Amino acid sequence: MSETVSNTGPAATSSPAAASDNTAQQPQPASREPHRSMGQRLAGLIKRPEIGSIGGAILVFVLFYALAEPFRNLASFSTVLYQSAALGIPAVAVALLMIGGEFDLSAGVAVTASSLAASMFAAQITGNVWVGVGFALVLSLSIGALNGILLIKTGLHSFLVTLSTFLMLQGLNLAITKLVTGNVATGDISDLAGFDSAQSVFASYFNIFGMSISIMVFYWLAFVAVATWILLRTRVGNWIFAVGGQGDSARAVGVPLNKVKIGLFMGVGFAAWFVGMHLLFDYVTVQSGEGVGNELLYIAQAVVGGCLLTGGYGSAIGAAIGGFIFGMTTQGIIYAGWDPQWFMFFVGVMLLLATVFNAWIRRQVTRG
Amino acid sequence: MTQQKGHPLIRLTDVSKSFGPIDVLRGINLDVAAGEVCCVLGDNGAGKSTLINIIAGLHQHTSGRYTVDGHDVRFGSPREALDLGISAVYQHLALVPLLPVWRNFFLGSELTRGVWPFARLDKAQMKEITDQALQNMGIVVKDLEQPVGTLSGGQRQCVAIARAIHFGARVLILDEPTAALGVKQSGVVLKYISRAAQESGVGVVFITHNPHHAYMVGDSFAILSRGEIDLRARREELSVDDLIYRMAGGAELESLQHEMGR
Ligand SMILES: Nc1ncnc2c1ncn2[C@@H]1O[C@H](COP(=O)(O)OP(=O)(O)OP(=O)(O)O)[C@@H](O)[C@H]1O
Ligand SMILES: [Mg+2]
Repeated sequence: MSETVSNTGPAATSSPAAASDNTAQQPQPASREPHRSMGQRLAGLIKRPEIGSIGGAILVFVLFYALAEPFRNLASFSTVLYQSAALGIPAVAVALLMIGGEFDLSAGVAVTASSLAASMFAAQITGNVWVGVGFALVLSLSIGALNGILLIKTGLHSFLVTLSTFLMLQGLNLAITKLVTGNVATGDISDLAGFDSAQSVFASYFNIFGMSISIMVFYWLAFVAVATWILLRTRVGNWIFAVGGQGDSARAVGVPLNKVKIGLFMGVGFAAWFVGMHLLFDYVTVQSGEGVGNELLYIAQAVVGGCLLTGGYGSAIGAAIGGFIFGMTTQGIIYAGWDPQWFMFFVGVMLLLATVFNAWIRRQVTRG
Repeated sequence: MTQQKGHPLIRLTDVSKSFGPIDVLRGINLDVAAGEVCCVLGDNGAGKSTLINIIAGLHQHTSGRYTVDGHDVRFGSPREALDLGISAVYQHLALVPLLPVWRNFFLGSELTRGVWPFARLDKAQMKEITDQALQNMGIVVKDLEQPVGTLSGGQRQCVAIARAIHFGARVLILDEPTAALGVKQSGVVLKYISRAAQESGVGVVFITHNPHHAYMVGDSFAILSRGEIDLRARREELSVDDLIYRMAGGAELESLQHEMGR
């Protein structure tokens, strides 16, 4: 049947439908990047995921600058930065995870689990804190990997999987600490070998312009820079956006979806370890019940920073600015002489405003 | 990579498929040649999707022969089919809506510069290639940075097809690419399909419910009915009215009309 080659090609049959569409026939302009007008540039800026958080940060800054006298001096600013960094480092990792389409409710207690593990392992087994630090790193990465593997194997929503691991970890934190130390907190590790060097790595302070700045602030900036680079400039970044945006499509073109998701959970594990080590070497002892509730603050920062709950959209810089807003709020409330109990109320208000604003932004983005 | 027009790419000989006790396809004979559009038509549940899923490596046939370039194949996964240049474009699974056009185009096959761990996306080159590939096929996209979700349904379909061709598709399988599109958008896609076949020399398997769409682009037609091929004809052997008549069930429809007394 196919020995005759058809010459009445499809193009010969002109279709009214096809002919009526002239957009596909227009000659192509030589350059795809024509000179952009001021208006277009503004429109482009508005489409950045972090634009809402920048506006929010300015608003909060102005508010406390006006209301709280001590907020205006540099020394208090260093405290603001420190608060932002301590909350912001896990938030950056959580933002990547959320762009990849998943949640991690276990991140708050995972920080405490990491400090507890390092402290008790060092005190009980080796006597050297660096061995404890290494042990905690392996543990934190394993918790992250476990979250990812459970997600893939069970096919459950990450909300449920990590809610389970959150509860389990919380129980383990309390029970194992009680079992090992007979107490609700770990003992002082400041006289163990390696403590001074570990403290200088994780919990030292620098004097700059008369401000005493925690090393965590620099780590925070480094986390943001590396995360932003990964997201926007590497293949893995492209895959993170894709698996969160539409996992099936990504898989269909060969993106290793499972590896990406497990990797993102391990990234949260790494950030939890990092902050856990800071808290351990800053406070010397660890309360086993700490960390509960922080997981929601991490998520809130990522959302304020422009991450979509449904995945596929967001930025690490946005999450950092979200952290900065929360840091300003914690300290601002204190400097304004208000009861610190108001903090959560403000967080709630900001989250609501940010979500409404970001939803509006997204409508603009998808409209083009 | 342009192949001689008419050179046979894939051939199904007496292929059948059953899911457990249910025979979904029986004794299918079909061939697709380079540079030609083979339209597969049929009613709901006729087995069209099952047929192309076998071709694309999503399912395996129960009996019969499936050959690619004359060699017998039995695919374990879509990846294996893809490696032989057989690529399926599904309407809803093709692209990631929030991702920019150029990032979608290269998704899973990104170009990088530098060595690990400092390998970074070669943005400039990827944008240029995307631009070229789209231009070659006559697709106009205002800004390659715009999210794919902001393109029209027809443009999106075209970008997905352009991508498949750019990454080496020799056989392109399209399952109802015009089903959700309006007249104008369908026109964009249809024109693009015939252009792809003629200029890139790919063989196209085009599934549709619409005999008008099929006749606009088809070089040959196969009508599936309850798992069997009811009609296999080349374009010069029938008119669009024949196609509509046969597709509507022909004699069956006449008797239905008769029954209803109209
Ligand atoms: N996995 C399966 N198990 C059992 N039966 C199946 C399976 N997949 C398809 N079928 C049956 O095979 C028949 C053909 O289905 P198929 O999806 O191929 O039809 P189609 O021609 O694509 O229809 P439509 O036009 O509605 O898309 C249907 O009766 C369907 O119920
Ligand atoms: Mg179907």
